Formats: sequence, structure tokens, C-alpha cells
Amino acid sequence: MKASTVIVDVENVRKRFQGATVLDNVNLQISLGDRVAMMGPNGAGKTTLVRCILGFYHIDGGRIRVTGYDPVKERVEVLKSVGFIPQLPPPVKLTVGELLRFVERSSGTSAAAIRKKAEEMELDVVKHSQKPFFKLSGGMKQKLLIAIALARRSRLLVFDEPTASLDPRAREHFYEMLQSIDYEHAAIYITHRAEELAGLVNREIYMDLGKVVDDERI
Amino acid sequence: MKNLFLISYLDIRESLRSKWFYVYAFVFGGLMGLFFISGITDSVVMGFTGLSRLLLVFMQVTIVILPIFILITTVKSISGDRESNILEYMLSFPISLKEYYWGKFLGRFVTVFFPVFVALLVGVVWGLFKGGAIPWGMVILYSLLILSLCLSFLGVAFFISTLVKSHDVGLGLSFAVWILLLAFIDVALIGLMMQNRVSDGVVITIAMLNPLEAFRIGAIALFDPELTVIGPVAYYLLDTLGHGFLMLYAVVYPILVGALFAFFGYALFRKKDLL
Repeated sequence: MKASTVIVDVENVRKRFQGATVLDNVNLQISLGDRVAMMGPNGAGKTTLVRCILGFYHIDGGRIRVTGYDPVKERVEVLKSVGFIPQLPPPVKLTVGELLRFVERSSGTSAAAIRKKAEEMELDVVKHSQKPFFKLSGGMKQKLLIAIALARRSRLLVFDEPTASLDPRAREHFYEMLQSIDYEHAAIYITHRAEELAGLVNREIYMDLGKVVDDERI
Repeated sequence: MKNLFLISYLDIRESLRSKWFYVYAFVFGGLMGLFFISGITDSVVMGFTGLSRLLLVFMQVTIVILPIFILITTVKSISGDRESNILEYMLSFPISLKEYYWGKFLGRFVTVFFPVFVALLVGVVWGLFKGGAIPWGMVILYSLLILSLCLSFLGVAFFISTLVKSHDVGLGLSFAVWILLLAFIDVALIGLMMQNRVSDGVVITIAMLNPLEAFRIGAIALFDPELTVIGPVAYYLLDTLGHGFLMLYAVVYPILVGALFAFFGYALFRKKDLL
């Protein structure tokens, strides 16, 4: 990582889909220690902004740097520092064992560390290692994705409605695990339920119509 | 590079658990079994007997089945993953797009080529078992032709897969490509010639630009160096290209087509939004 405490630097970013402006000159800086709740109505541009930060979308204007790197041109460098949990677990056809192998080989995160994190969420990975990931229950899939993201000890954690498929007990475990992260990092939580993140976040960003309309430190 | 092999290994593992793979392997393995049961190796048609006869029938079946199987099973590899958000998750790990795309390509190549190749080898072993002479040159060249056809349609399928956002549109396009290329083997070309709308040279050029036709001519030339089966066009082809160049063309041209489309697909994959 290039020496800087600014993890995400978004400057005048514009993104259009089929003529419609989805991100309209967005400016944003997220530094180490920031734990951001990103909120706003459906279609506000939250997920699009996160996808631009992760290098999935090519922006039409402006500039994005994550840990000092361009997320499209230097995606590998960027993604070495990012842990991501999607809103809905994708129907990955790999077995749990194969998925762990993929994570281990691609990101250097040990399978043992993932198993340990999963155990904290009461998920026995070994028992399910031969099962295809998509055949796990919704809650189990989400727990495994959370375990993978946290085991990676990423400098930037990105969660897109991470507790959507978790029961209340698993949600409690998840929040406890987030509070016990013992290294310096930044986090972005896309959420509609700000009250659940109370105590976890120290910054709230509101988006609407592709713009950041409010950015408040708590 | 290690991630490229990781992606291809995982793609192979995933394919080996898929129903389409078993249907695919069963179709080619089953066909070979059917050929043995129906006694094709003992029959004589147009002078072809034994293993040559079996390979000729296998070639005819391959022309029809192999391209559509490759297209419909491969076209979902990028577009299907994109649609189901698998791509979003898998590409949130530090893997370059080059490793992901070409890893998928390599994995899919192994799963589409080997069942057909193994079915061919089973035929050869059967020929050995029956005590016939094995035309090794023919077997090796025929394997190369199958490899070339596989690469050709894999390239086209990966191009379609990165071009479209929806798996359904990808399937529709695959069928359109398949029908178009099959039609231009015979039906459409005969129609053009009969109406004298274009010169014979143009029609033959169109035919030879079709990778299916290149495979067909190459495969027929293995059994029938004079190409008598395909009629007067044979004289034109052999006079213009010669037997050696014709074989080289039949092997290399479909590979080039596949490589070109695969590279276009990769360029699109890099330049377009991933999701």
C-alpha cells in the first residue's frame, strides 16, 4: 500500500447508464479509522459508488484512488486491501472447501483463519466442506462470506447490507465480531437500517439522486 | 499465472459436477457405443470400411453436435456468472481479469475437448481390439481437427458471453451463430449458386471462411484425399490450395478464428463494466 491514511479518494466522479446519470460529481474521502454508514433511498447511487470503488464499473469522469491505486487499472493491488460482502450471497457452484482454497490461493488468507472466524459465528466449515456453497442455507452462506471477509484482515471492509439474511442471534455475533476487529481499518456499510449500526459507525453519509447530500461525523 | 491455473482448475471441478457435462460426455461416449453396436466398423459405404468408416460417421455427428454443445454450455460462463452476481463476488478478490478470463477459457477447453477426444480414443482401442490396422496419421490429424473446432467455437462462445449482459440473449445468439454456420455449409450456398447471384469463386470463399466447413473439408480429406465425396468443388480446392495446404488450413484457420474472437471477448471484458 502506498503510504497514506486516506484509503478511498473519490474526486468528481460521474457515472451514467444508458443516458441516465447515476453518480453526479461525487466527492468523498474515507480514511483509516472511518466506519461509514452509507444510506439513501433505492437508486440513490450507493451500490454504484461502491462498485466503482471496487473497480467493477468504469467511471465516465473524475478519479478514484483506493489505497493510492486506480481500481480499474490496478485492480489486483486495490483488491489486496479490500474485503467485500455482497448483499445477497451469490450461488457459487464451488464446494465450501473449494471456495476456501480459492480464497487462500488468491488472497493469501489461511483457511484456518476463516474456519476460526466461522466458528465464532457458530458455523462448522469442516462439516460442510464437501457441500456446494449454493446449497447452504441463506444464513450459513452469509456467515461464511462474513468469516472470509474478516479473516482477510483487509484495510478496507465493504459491506452491502451484510445482515440481510442473518437471524437476530447471528446479527449479534456479527456486530460483536466487527467491534472486536483489532487492527486499523476503514469500513463502508451500505444500509437502510442505521439504528442497527449505532455504536459501530462514526460517520454517516447520505446519498440521493447520485450525489452525496450529507456527510456527518458522529 | 498461479491464479490462472487456479481458476481453470476450479472451473473444471465445477463442470465435472454439472449435469451438462454428463449429458455431453454421454452423448459422445454413447454415440461411439452405438456405432459399435450398429456394426458401423463392419459396414462398407462409399468404399470406407472399418475404423475409417467409424471416424467418418463420428465426424459427421461432430459437425452438428459439437458446436452447439460448446456454444450453449460456454456462453453462460461469463454472462451467467455476471447475471447471478457470482462474478461480482469472485472478482472482489485480487485476481487480474486476464487470469480470470483465460483461466475460465482453459478450464472450459479441457471440459469440452476431452470427452470427444476420449470417445475417439475408445474408438481406436476398439479398432485395436477388433484386430484392424490403426490409421495413426488419420487419428492424430483428426484429433487436431477436433481440437481446432473446439477452440474455434470456444472463442466465439466467450466473445458472446462477454458481449451480452443476459444469459438468455447469449443463448439466442449462440443458436443464431450455429444455424448460420450450418446453413452456410450447404443449404444457403447451394441456394446462392443456383440463383447465379454470385460467382462460384465467391461461394467457395464464403464456404471456406466458415470454420465448420474448414473442419468438414479437412476431415473428409483424411479419408478421401481426392475429395470425390464433395464433387467438382474438390478440383477447385485441390488445384488452388493443394492437399497439404488444405489440411494445414483446416487445422489452423478455425484456431485463428477462435483466437480472434477470444481476444475480442477479452478486450470487451476489460473495457466494459464488469457487472
